Amino acid sequence: MRDVAVIGIGCTKFGEHWNRSFRDLFVEAGALALEDAKMSGEKIDAMYVGNMSAGRFVEQEHIGALIADYAGMASRHIPSTRVEAACASGGLAFRQAVIAVASGMEDIVVAAGVEKMTDVEPGASTDALTGAADREWEGFVGATFPGLYAMIAKDYMHKYGMTREQLAHVAVKNHYNGARNPIAQFPSEITLDTVLKSTMVAEPLRLFDCSPITDGAAAVIVAPLERAKEFTDTPIKVLATAQASDSIALHDRRDISTLDASVAAGQRAFRMARLTQKDINMVEVHDCFSIAEICAIEDLGFCKKGTAGKFTADGETALGGKIPVNTSGGLKSCGHPVGATGIKQVCEIVTQLRGDAGRRQIENAKIGMTHNVGGTGATVAVHILGRV
Amino acid sequence: MVGIITYGVYIPRYRIKVEEIARVWGANASDITGGLGVFEKSVPDMDEDAATIAVEAARNALRRRAINPEEIGAVYVGSESHPYAVKPTACTVGEAIGATPVMTAADLEFACKAGTAGMQACMGMVKSGMIKYGLAIGSDVSQGAPGDALEYTAAAGGAAYIIGNDDPIATINHTCSFTSDTPDFWRREGQDYPRHGGRFTGDPGYFKHVKGASRLMFEQMKTTAKDYTYAVFHQPNAKFPQKVAKDLGFSMEQIKPGLAVPRLGNTYSGASPIGLAATLDIAKPGDHIFVCSFGSGAGSDAFDITVTDAIKDKINRAAAPSVEKLLANPIYLDYARYAKHKGKLVMQA
Repeated sequence: MRDVAVIGIGCTKFGEHWNRSFRDLFVEAGALALEDAKMSGEKIDAMYVGNMSAGRFVEQEHIGALIADYAGMASRHIPSTRVEAACASGGLAFRQAVIAVASGMEDIVVAAGVEKMTDVEPGASTDALTGAADREWEGFVGATFPGLYAMIAKDYMHKYGMTREQLAHVAVKNHYNGARNPIAQFPSEITLDTVLKSTMVAEPLRLFDCSPITDGAAAVIVAPLERAKEFTDTPIKVLATAQASDSIALHDRRDISTLDASVAAGQRAFRMARLTQKDINMVEVHDCFSIAEICAIEDLGFCKKGTAGKFTADGETALGGKIPVNTSGGLKSCGHPVGATGIKQVCEIVTQLRGDAGRRQIENAKIGMTHNVGGTGATVAVHILGRV
Repeated sequence: MVGIITYGVYIPRYRIKVEEIARVWGANASDITGGLGVFEKSVPDMDEDAATIAVEAARNALRRRAINPEEIGAVYVGSESHPYAVKPTACTVGEAIGATPVMTAADLEFACKAGTAGMQACMGMVKSGMIKYGLAIGSDVSQGAPGDALEYTAAAGGAAYIIGNDDPIATINHTCSFTSDTPDFWRREGQDYPRHGGRFTGDPGYFKHVKGASRLMFEQMKTTAKDYTYAVFHQPNAKFPQKVAKDLGFSMEQIKPGLAVPRLGNTYSGASPIGLAATLDIAKPGDHIFVCSFGSGAGSDAFDITVTDAIKDKINRAAAPSVEKLLANPIYLDYARYAKHKGKLVMQA
């Protein structure tokens, strides 16, 4: 296998883009990535795009061809493939691009992610997202994502005694980081009170425990490491790519407050990179709900099972803590355009490793990790990236 | 100069509190009062509708100033709850106040701003010499589907303005509008309740158009927020007008007299006209008033108004109830009686 490097990144502002279309968003992200890599589109050999539900959100399928067409590639007839794994679609699109380059099949490959979620009413988007769970055994009987993650939170708090205040620290910390990220949807700092007094969504999860509905797109360009210097002085090497799956329904899991797919993907990634948790300078985890970040940092081995609440409340996951988590603001503050999230996580780690993260920069960042979850943990993609 | 000859308001006496609606739907009332700044809303009696409210408001206007109703050459009633889809409310009003038959009349609809659109139409006809007086009314028994966010604010009420040239109590120095095809809120023919685009009603709807018309007014009149004594904005809730006022440079003191919504709710077509009326209730000669309405769909009408000496000696403001008086001493309903008043209970014939 060849070594693979990220040579360009681009990300739209995340938010409610009511005056812009699905295609406007991915075109902007792609153009930003090309500009960042200082290359023209003619060099692109293939594209992968992560998208969960354009069919439900904007009534558009056949996203692979559409994105290639609007990226100006139609006359070059390059292969372009949509990748779908619910909220992990972006992470898997990145993995497909990395595999395509590593295998020697392609040289310059774009991995993009896009979701346009605000063109439908909130009820319709909640229902579309429920397709990431088991429709027959969960969705049809009334479960929604806030409800499913609320069950995880209840189970976790019962087993490990995490307090409601400890859980709220996740959102407070992510908003602090998001307030330092120019693309964040909700770039404002909040207090514990903001979380604890916000509207109840599904007990114990309140509004500020939940990631928002977001429009946005992100794109990265990968190339063989040996060619990376043609395009950039700061190539970022892909040290590991890992993916794991689990039962689609939450109730079929061995333990509902451990995401075994996160554990498996994390272990595979560390093995592939020949690294341990101590080597990681910062990690972007999938905090679709505050409880998801609590589970993630334990499942990836950054702290012991049952201790993440205290670990977070003690500031160990904040900027300057033992392991800074979600320096971008995470899904909570930066926003969660479902298919784009996995790619945005890669953009954030690359930005950190290049030293371009401004007021949220982790000093001397050498190695970073991304963790992207589909559904309640039926698909997990984990990547490790490092400075060359 | 063209301006307001007299004005009148009518608000039904019944109210329902936000807490009572929230109790029925299992919502947290403090989230709603905190988020919207609305605490209660007016409810019509069982036999009140947009037409009866329009008539009451028009009669209150005539109580304040004894003009000859036969000299009213145009009646426009703006509402999104006209009792008839076909058959004008404006004719009922014209007949009730004795303005018929030598007059033109029509019903207007532009979501929450049809009342101010009627004022503009009257201004044009008065200025061109077509008519001596024009009567423009914004009146609604607003609809909000049970359980919908709108149910907490959709209220009932209206205000009437007689527009003319002779000794106006306030001159309308200028008006301008800002309009686009924006689907933020709508009700199709035959549907009982309007639908809305959730958060989409905010920035691309209300804020874009209110700021658009307001800035146009500043530009055309070479004014800034500081040049006005008072300002009135469309008030679907208390949060939107306060935010837009702040963004445009107005102080809370400037908008306070015209902010009726916390105790009244959103009277749709009646909202900005009632806000202006509440401001005129306390205004003195020389006061400079800024008004900007908003109607979904979407558009805003802005007005630059100066109160004249005529407000002291040409009308008797006390001859009809002030907005403050209409808001005082309400009768509170529980949800069951509210449902009956609003026709949400289907009774056997």
